[in-house]
Amino acid sequence: MTVARRLGEALAELRDTDSVVIAGGTDLMVAMNFGRTRPARLLAIDRVAELGEIEQDGAVRIGSGVTYARMLRELRGSPALREAARTVGSPQIRNTGTIGGNIATASPAGDTLPVLAALDATLVLRSASAERRVPFASFMTGPKRTVLQRDELVVAAEWADAGPAQTFLKVGTRNAMVIAVASLALVVDRARRRVGIGLGSCGPTILRATEAERFASGLLDEAGWERVVRPSASALAELGARVSAAARPIDDVRGTAAYRRHVLAVLASRAFARVAQIA
Amino acid sequence: MRLRLSVNGSTREVEAREHESLLTVLRDGIGLRGSKGACEQGECGSCSVLVDGSLVCACLMLAGACVDRDIRTVESFGDDDLHPVQRAFVDAGAVQCGFCTPGFIVATAALLREDPEPSDAEIREALAGNICRCTGYGRIVDAVHRAAGLARR
Repeated sequence: MTVARRLGEALAELRDTDSVVIAGGTDLMVAMNFGRTRPARLLAIDRVAELGEIEQDGAVRIGSGVTYARMLRELRGSPALREAARTVGSPQIRNTGTIGGNIATASPAGDTLPVLAALDATLVLRSASAERRVPFASFMTGPKRTVLQRDELVVAAEWADAGPAQTFLKVGTRNAMVIAVASLALVVDRARRRVGIGLGSCGPTILRATEAERFASGLLDEAGWERVVRPSASALAELGARVSAAARPIDDVRGTAAYRRHVLAVLASRAFARVAQIA
Repeated sequence: MRLRLSVNGSTREVEAREHESLLTVLRDGIGLRGSKGACEQGECGSCSVLVDGSLVCACLMLAGACVDRDIRTVESFGDDDLHPVQRAFVDAGAVQCGFCTPGFIVATAALLREDPEPSDAEIREALAGNICRCTGYGRIVDAVHRAAGLARR
């Protein structure tokens, strides 16, 4: 195995060998412990300096190697992403799991992913020979399937700082150590007059509730984007219904489609009521 | 492959397979059995150790990726003389079968290093990665408060 210290070294290794990448290991080690996978070669990237950087003055860039614990301690560029990081696993998991792992694993239940969708984030992918920038909306093609090539690493996620009016909500059987039954990220970028709503665990990929976003934007056009508002019960219900309609959930081991549709409506109205009060 | 790891302040040389976890190496390679192998998927916390001061599950750490890092297991927390956290768990009656206890000791020590006077809610969130099947957690929370008090004195 190789323990890479520099990005160039890691990318060269990916180009020249069929190494499997490991960062925090909180997904891959489970599979290895249970004998479900035994990669012939491993490439540890948790020490690669370039992947651990955070820039956050207006334009936010978070390196893929940043752990959830560091996001909680250091990230100012997205309150919703910090909220999402806080819901991941446990302190043990948060100290080693990374945002890059969440992105590259691309589970529809990944907790940071609805936030990245709602932020309209761009993912920076690099191989030894090239860099490409992929909008988050184009990155996931199905459950745990992405456009990432075998010789590429996710090196960073970037977005424009959308201000404080954003939140992330998640439903699970416990308030720690759970894979989301359903999750929702809501971003109201008051300065740019944009609403983003990302849905998790209710479709093959992370979904955007575009009809609901239009409706919320309409509410804010009327009420004023700079103002703190208290949306009416009927407005919240209408928003909830549109979010519910955007979901494409299935029945699975963690819950039913019907429950997911119901709970997403609840999450949507709670999220908007909360965020409408943040200016 | 041959690995040189820094464990509890000493350099240990062990033979390990590429895919092996730190937990396997600690228990079977070095003979430090305080960290427990139970769920092997980072859910129960009974394998909790400190790596470079950070609380992690040893079952989720690739042994080969732990080179050049400072690893501390429960064995580093006191022996015949109990560490204040261990003393607190004993005095609070927070140990029943004892299987989860090493993980809780390490997790509690990590918490109190960062937050010397945590509230009940902060304790429960900090220990959310450690599962106990015996005690119902009440006395464990008491033990953490007690350990915080011992540290203050």
